[in-house]
Amino acid sequence: MFASTLVMAFREIRRNMMRSVLTTLGIVIGVGAVIMLVTLGQGATDRVTADVAKMGVNMLTVVPGAERRGGASVGASSLTLDDARAILAQIPSVATVAPSSGRGMLVVYANQNWSSTLTGATNDYFTVRDLKIGTGRIFNEVESQGGTPACILGPTVQRQLFGQQDPIDATVRVGKIACRVIGTTQPKGQNTFGMDQDDFVLIPLATFQRRILGSHDVGAISLSATSDAAIPKVKEQLGLLMRERRKLPYGAPDDFSVRDMKEISETLSSVTGALTALLGAVAAVSLVVGGIGIMNIMLVSVTERTREIGIRLAIGARAHEVLLQFLVEAVMLSLFGGVIGMVLGLGGSYAAGRALKFPFRVMPEIVVIAFAFSFVVGVAFGFFPARRAARMNPIDALRHE
Amino acid sequence: MSGPDDRGAPLIVMRDVFKIYGSGESEVRALDGVDLTIANGDFVAVMGPSGSGKSTCMNLLGCLDRPTSGSYYFRGVDLANTTLDQLALIRRHYLGFVFQGFNLLARTTALENVELPLVYRGLPTAERRTLAAKALADVGLQGRELHTPAELSGGQQQRVAIARAMVTAPSLLLADEPTGNLDSARKLEIMHLLRALNRDRGITIIVVTHESDVAQFASRTVTFRDGRIEKDERGAAA
Repeated sequence: MFASTLVMAFREIRRNMMRSVLTTLGIVIGVGAVIMLVTLGQGATDRVTADVAKMGVNMLTVVPGAERRGGASVGASSLTLDDARAILAQIPSVATVAPSSGRGMLVVYANQNWSSTLTGATNDYFTVRDLKIGTGRIFNEVESQGGTPACILGPTVQRQLFGQQDPIDATVRVGKIACRVIGTTQPKGQNTFGMDQDDFVLIPLATFQRRILGSHDVGAISLSATSDAAIPKVKEQLGLLMRERRKLPYGAPDDFSVRDMKEISETLSSVTGALTALLGAVAAVSLVVGGIGIMNIMLVSVTERTREIGIRLAIGARAHEVLLQFLVEAVMLSLFGGVIGMVLGLGGSYAAGRALKFPFRVMPEIVVIAFAFSFVVGVAFGFFPARRAARMNPIDALRHE
Repeated sequence: MSGPDDRGAPLIVMRDVFKIYGSGESEVRALDGVDLTIANGDFVAVMGPSGSGKSTCMNLLGCLDRPTSGSYYFRGVDLANTTLDQLALIRRHYLGFVFQGFNLLARTTALENVELPLVYRGLPTAERRTLAAKALADVGLQGRELHTPAELSGGQQQRVAIARAMVTAPSLLLADEPTGNLDSARKLEIMHLLRALNRDRGITIIVVTHESDVAQFASRTVTFRDGRIEKDERGAAA
């Protein structure tokens, strides 16, 4: 009996092609739109999160001067290497500390020049900033202590000065210093704010201090915590330590500030999260619209279907047999539409994600929700009018107008 | 299955049947104490003005409804306490219907329409095809098997409906105003067809009509008025 019900339902679907296609389309649009919008939104969120992570792992940065809110900071003493050592020694959960200093400089090689940022740093800078060597090597012992000037180029500088040439062992001039190129870094691309993260020249901090600054000051101290979870604690202890070392009296405002990548990342995530929620809302509307479409088509055909049910009942079908057939029909259409919608939604978001360079991340729960909602709508509106008709006297069903 | 052998034995016996809609002030007695016996192989016309109870009686005879009180025997079985599903099974196995509005499935070929009752009987596809094609041939519709109702004239549609009703070889064929939507030439065609089914196959036929020329094809005419049987005459079938 069930097999013939399936056959009959399939035949009905084919016979009422227009109705079937429209019903299916409602489900396809509902499911497809929800999956596509939410998947893309999620991809955007993931991309932002990944971009922020590229700026450094569990990173905090201390810079001198209070957080600027209009107007320059005044009279803040700079940071020192001793501050960096103290941070590493006295705050638990600090994994690496990287003091650094930077200044805008013109970099010259042969007849090419490029205005970039010269950063004095230690090898720990690579760890904290999540920076990786592309070719060549990091600073050796002698270089780190301020011996022969050596430098490592960011990919942008390398491209601007050397093009396709190998820069290793070439000598570039940065300001007044001639230094040998010992390596290049792997590209990181733009960050979320559109800043080029590959435009820099690294030299050892000791060299920077001696040849450029002429002092032992440090422009910034970056540090990484042992874990994400430890960041708030480290941040708090860092503030206390710095106040103590800078001898700030109780109640005086901080004359330094601590930047937290996590904060930035959370702000961005909440923005993209809101975006995803918005897209989700748009998608939910399309789901409802799709649902109403299905409902309309089903209700419009109620008269015809009621008569059909009357015929079947008069001929000797039992109510539950007729209902089973209509249920199977509704389930088949809804399943079919749901699967097409799923394929289109996932395919569409994959294609759009590739074009926009978003990672493709499927949220299975959204797929399930979209599918389930459309399925329920499709089945309910296919089934309930049929149930009402099947409960009627066959003669009344036949005369239904 | 009934056949010519059973001719004359009672197929349907109604005793003191009431069908009452509503209650109290608004009570409507659609059937007000009806006694009716219909013999196997009979050809009965049920007549009466609208509201006389003939349609209600037709619904009971067709096992589409149950009486409020009274007993109703079909092939000797009391249907007083049957469920709706049991009534459906009786319709499936013993009854055939022909309606005024043809009531064929739209966008469905004549062959598939005729096959429909056989589907519910659980016959295999090949056998259904054969029987349905034969039934269509019997009503003179060879070559029209694959036409949909929209492609057939009214008279042809009603013949498809008759083929659908008789393809199961029912004991009883109920026709509710079968010629109501047809011109007089088609009307005669359909009535001749019904009379042939009654004569040649021994199928008991009940025709509800308000036209006396249609009723003349029957061998017995039952006339309803105000929920009761007013006249019950056995006329010589023309």
